[in-house]
Amino acid sequence: MQVLELKNLVKIYNDSEVKVKAVDNVNLTFEQGEFTAIVGPSGSGKTTLLNLIGGLDASTEGEIIINGTNIGKLKPWELINFRLFNIGFVFQAYNLIPVMTARENVEFIMQLQGVEKKKREKRSMEILSAVGLAERANSRPAKLSGGQQQRVAVARALSTKPKFILADEPTANLDSKSAESLLEIMEKLNKDENITFIFSTHDARVVAKARRVITVEDGHVVSDIKVETDIKS
Amino acid sequence: MNYIKLSWRNLWRNRRRTLITVASIFFGVVLSTLMSSMMNGTYQNMIDMMVKISTGYIQVQDPSFGESRSVNDVFYPQPELIESIDKTEEVTVVAKRLESFALFSSGADTRGGAVIGIEPQYDTLTSNLRNWVSEGSFLESGGKGVLVTSNIARSLNLGVNDTIIVISQGYRGVTSAGLFPVTGIIEFSTPQMNNLGVFMDVGAAQELFHADSMVTSLMIMVSDYTHVNRISRKIKDLAPGLSVKDWTELNPDLVNFIEGDRSSGNLMIGILYMVIGFGILGTIIMMVAERKKELAVMTAVGMRKYKLSLMFFIETLLIGLIGVISGFAASIPLIGYFVNNPIRLPGDMAEAYLQYGFDPYMFFSAAPSVFINQAIIIFVIAMAISLYPVLKVKKCL
Repeated sequence: MQVLELKNLVKIYNDSEVKVKAVDNVNLTFEQGEFTAIVGPSGSGKTTLLNLIGGLDASTEGEIIINGTNIGKLKPWELINFRLFNIGFVFQAYNLIPVMTARENVEFIMQLQGVEKKKREKRSMEILSAVGLAERANSRPAKLSGGQQQRVAVARALSTKPKFILADEPTANLDSKSAESLLEIMEKLNKDENITFIFSTHDARVVAKARRVITVEDGHVVSDIKVETDIKS
Repeated sequence: MNYIKLSWRNLWRNRRRTLITVASIFFGVVLSTLMSSMMNGTYQNMIDMMVKISTGYIQVQDPSFGESRSVNDVFYPQPELIESIDKTEEVTVVAKRLESFALFSSGADTRGGAVIGIEPQYDTLTSNLRNWVSEGSFLESGGKGVLVTSNIARSLNLGVNDTIIVISQGYRGVTSAGLFPVTGIIEFSTPQMNNLGVFMDVGAAQELFHADSMVTSLMIMVSDYTHVNRISRKIKDLAPGLSVKDWTELNPDLVNFIEGDRSSGNLMIGILYMVIGFGILGTIIMMVAERKKELAVMTAVGMRKYKLSLMFFIETLLIGLIGVISGFAASIPLIGYFVNNPIRLPGDMAEAYLQYGFDPYMFFSAAPSVFINQAIIIFVIAMAISLYPVLKVKKCL
């Protein structure tokens, strides 16, 4: 089932005197349950593409259709609500809310969705257990390592079972052991919960796990390879 | 997590900064409550003193008396009128007064002054003159004796049990004169008041001025002076054809003095609140600036902007509340102390107060309005400052 379609997507930055075409006529579709890596050199437009998909930035031209909704046509508050119920984010710098505990961070999005307290608590503990952090549920981010913080961020993104998760360089700040562990968790959740993952990454370990690799250069999609390998195998 | 809890935690991210901001509010609240309490207390004392001794909170007069101050403009107070006023809610007493001017003489000396006829039986509820009797005794109801203010007594070389001659023009031009035994000398705390004249029983004054059963005014005291307007309106309905004036109309000089003094006090309090306001604003600007990325993330994951604004509003309000509550905690005992131990004004300032006829003390008031007003002002400042993060949040993402 198709969850995301990008049609003739263009993003031009006019901030300086020089116009920069960060995304140039991108056309892509994503199916439910995909585990996709968007790769490319720095400045190639990976993060911009991810930001456009997540509605964090507005495209100059083209359409982004998520489950039949053209997000470019939504009003600002409708877009925020749309993100709330459809998209999970994992950021390179974790971006947990520092005054909340790990569990409160995971519950945060559910709370915004209006999920009742008991269900929130149950789900947050389930998902923290899934990422191996149940025993650190009451720790604040400052007391967690980078790898643990990123796992909490993944748990936060997954807590509401979104249609897909956008992860911008999720392993960039992690040591290899933490990165490996995080990727395994995401792979497992992708399989168990059938959630679509789209990464932007430089990390070869992420690319190695991906079942689809899209290469971007100068805002163009230069290759789109589907790896027909079952994760189990 | 509810927004109050989240805001509370945000507030203590930078403990030192929050404490400095709270401290600025704390000192501002302490100073402004003290100042406000002192202003209110001092004005209340001035009002009490002037009103009780001279006019009362409300007076019923002949309509011409206000202008003429003449004993010709007297009226006969119907017992039914007195009774109905007396029954009006919050009226504590209705007392007859007959006032005019006269020459006082003893031996070869003569002085001018006021003759004030009062009802001695109501003294404790009105002027409380008996508190100021320095020699001799207070008036007796229906008696012929008089109380002489100290400066008049001194200039006429009068003492207790001496006789004072009072000469004046009575009702409708009749010459009036009388000899009165001095039962007591009155020494007010303010020199000006000691030049006033003589107090006597209203019956004796009516006899002196040939104004049988007539009065120049009915002096009305009330339980709460802030309700004077309302009570005054009720009395106007009861006394058609007569003039009903409240203490502000009867003491315009006092009102002008208080208003002038209050304006300069309010200016000082205004400056204090500006300092507080900028202190809070500085903190909020820093709080927003250092959390821009976090706000963007919160919006990205689905938090509506009005909720972010609400969070900042609560943070602003909490800073204000902590400052106000701690400020009250310190100012309440201080004010409590000063209510019971007013501060005597030094040198020139005391002289200035005495010249206006006021006690040379800084009195303090513990009226709830002193504290409620500060809380309202801080709330309004917090509301105004919270507009800044609202505007900033609007721009994020």
